[in-house]
Amino acid sequence: MKLVESSKRSVSIKKFIYILPFMALLGVFAYYPLYGWVYAFFDYMPPIPLSKSPFVGLMWFRSLVENQVKVGQLLQVLKNTFGMSGLNILFSWLPMVFAIFLNEIRNMRFRKLVQTVTTLPNFISWVLVYSLAFSMFSSEGMANSLLKDMGLVTSPVLFLQSREHVWITMWAWYTWKSLGWSAIMYIAAITGIDDSLYEAAHVDGATRMQVIRHITIPSLLPTYFVLLMLQIASFLNNGMEQYYVFQNAFNKETIQVLDLFVFNLAMGGGSYSVSAAISMLKSIISVVLLFAVNGLSKLFRGESIV
Amino acid sequence: MSGNKASLAANGKIPGTTANNKIKVNNSAADRTISALTYILFALFAFICMYPFYYIIINTISANDLSANGNILFIPKGIHLKNYTDVFKIPGLWDATKVSVGRTLLGTALTVGASAFLGFMFSQEDMWGRKFWYRFTIITMYFNAGIIPWYLTMRNLNLTNNFLAYILPAIVSPFFIILVKTFVESTPRELQQAAEIDGAGIMTFFFRIMLPIIKPILATVAIFAAVGQWNAFQDTLLLVTESKLYSLQFILYNYINQASSLSTLVNLQNSGSTIMQSLATKQTTTSVRMTVTIIVVFPIILVYPIFQRFFVKGIMIGAVKG
Repeated sequence: MKLVESSKRSVSIKKFIYILPFMALLGVFAYYPLYGWVYAFFDYMPPIPLSKSPFVGLMWFRSLVENQVKVGQLLQVLKNTFGMSGLNILFSWLPMVFAIFLNEIRNMRFRKLVQTVTTLPNFISWVLVYSLAFSMFSSEGMANSLLKDMGLVTSPVLFLQSREHVWITMWAWYTWKSLGWSAIMYIAAITGIDDSLYEAAHVDGATRMQVIRHITIPSLLPTYFVLLMLQIASFLNNGMEQYYVFQNAFNKETIQVLDLFVFNLAMGGGSYSVSAAISMLKSIISVVLLFAVNGLSKLFRGESIV
Repeated sequence: MSGNKASLAANGKIPGTTANNKIKVNNSAADRTISALTYILFALFAFICMYPFYYIIINTISANDLSANGNILFIPKGIHLKNYTDVFKIPGLWDATKVSVGRTLLGTALTVGASAFLGFMFSQEDMWGRKFWYRFTIITMYFNAGIIPWYLTMRNLNLTNNFLAYILPAIVSPFFIILVKTFVESTPRELQQAAEIDGAGIMTFFFRIMLPIIKPILATVAIFAAVGQWNAFQDTLLLVTESKLYSLQFILYNYINQASSLSTLVNLQNSGSTIMQSLATKQTTTSVRMTVTIIVVFPIILVYPIFQRFFVKGIMIGAVKG
C-alpha cells in the first residue's frame, strides 16, 4: 500500500514540476511588475537608481488631492475616462440587437457576407484604424474631397483635430471595430435557444417582433448581464493604444483617458513616481470594482461571474 | 435542448429563427418594413466596414497625383504597381517586416505550445497543488500592475531593446489556457486511463494522443495569438528605442506622421535612373502612407476569411455542446 501511495504522490509532484517553469515565467511577467508599485513611494528621477532615491512615503498620493494643478488635470482625465467608458456602457446593448436582427435575415448568403465583413475590423490594430481614419478624414482625405466636390465646404473640415467631438468619435471607432465580433457571442447564444419555444409561439400566432420580445431577448439577457458587468468592472481601464494613436496637440485635453494620462506623464513628462502612484490606485480600484460587481451578480442573479 | 441539437444536425438549419418554421409567419406590413429596414441597415454597416480598405487599396494602385488630390473614390485610375516596389526602398521597412514576421511565427508557436501543455496539465486532477496554481494563473487576467510599473520592471530585467520582450510575456496566457483546458475536459477520461494501463507515461499520452485530438482548439489559439503578435504596438512603443527592433505597426504609426520626408527619400533614389519620373508614379506622402498600410493589413485580409469560418463554427459547437 505504502509503495503505491508514495508512487502516486511522486507522480503528482512530477506533474507539478512539469508546469513549474511556466509558473515561474508567469510569476515574472504578471506578478513581479507589482513590485513596480514601490516606485510610487520614492522620488524616482532617472538615471539615479531606485536604491539611491529619496523615500517620500505618501507624498505623491497626497499631491494628487492637494496640488491644485494636479487635481485639475486629474479631474479632466477622470471626466474623459468616465465619459468614454460611460458611452460604451450606454450602448452595450448594440451587439445583442445586432445579433438578434442578423438572425432574422432569411437570405443565408447575405447573412454570412455581413458576418464576415463586419468581423474583419476586429482583427486590425488601432494603428491601422488610425491610418484608415487618416485616409478618410484628414484634410486631404476622402470625406473632405467629397464635401468639396459637392460644394458643401470651401476649406477642409478638421475632423481629426476637433476636441469637442472626441468622445463620440472614439466611441464610433470602437463600435465600428468591435460590433461584428461582439455580436458573435450573442449569435451563438441564440442558436442555443430551445426550438420548442419558437414552435409554441408560432402556434399561438406571434409576430416576429413578439417572438423577439418574449423569447429571444429574455434568453439573451443573462449573457448580456455578464458582459455588462465585466464592462463595468473595467470602467477605468479603457486601454491606451486607441487613444494614443488618435491623440494630437488639438484634442489632447479631451482624449486623455486614465491609461493614456499615466503613459504621457511618465514617458512624456518623466514623472515615473506619480505615474506609478496613479497606476497603483487604478489597479486597486479596478479589483475592488470587480469584487463589487461580482458580489452584486451573486446577489441579484445567484451566480458570480468570476 | 435535445430538440435543438437534433435540428442543427438533421437539416443543417440554424434553430431559433422564424425562417425555420413551416408554420406561416404572421407577415404584417409592420413586419415587412422592419425586414426591409434591417436589410438596409446591415448593408450600410457592412459597406462602411469594407469601404475604408477598398478605398486605400484602389488608391495604392492608382496614379499618385490623382490619389493625393482625393480624386479616386470608387474606381482606380491610371493603374500601376510601382508603389509596392518603391516602398521597400524606404530604409527600415524591410527590417520591420522581418521583425513582425519573426515575432508572429516564433511567438505564436511558443504560445500555442505552452497553452496546449498547460491546458492539458491543469486538467490532471492528481497534479500537486492543481487548484492553487490554476487560480494563480487565472487571477492574472483580472489585475494589471499598470503600464509604468510594467515598463520599470521590464527595464530591470534587461528586456528593453530586446527581441525576447516581444515573445516571453505572451507565452503563458490564461485565456488560451482556459480554452484548451475546457476542450481537454470534454474528451473522454477513459482515453488516459487506457493509455496508462498500456504503460504510456503522461508525456507520451500528451504528445501522441491528446495533441492530435485538441488540434481544433489549438488552431483557434494560434489565430488569436498570431493576430495579437502581428498587431502588437504598445510593447514596441514602451520598450524599444533601437530602430532595428521596430515592429511594422510602430513603423506605420510613425509613417503616418512623417510620410513627407520618406516620399522625398524614395523619389531621390528613383531619380538616379535616367527615366523621367511621371507624376503618376512619383511618391507622395499619401502614396507612402497608404502603401505601407496595405502591406501591414495584407496578411490579415488574406488569411481572415479562412479563419473566420473556423472559429465561428468553433463557437457554435461550443454553444451546442454547452
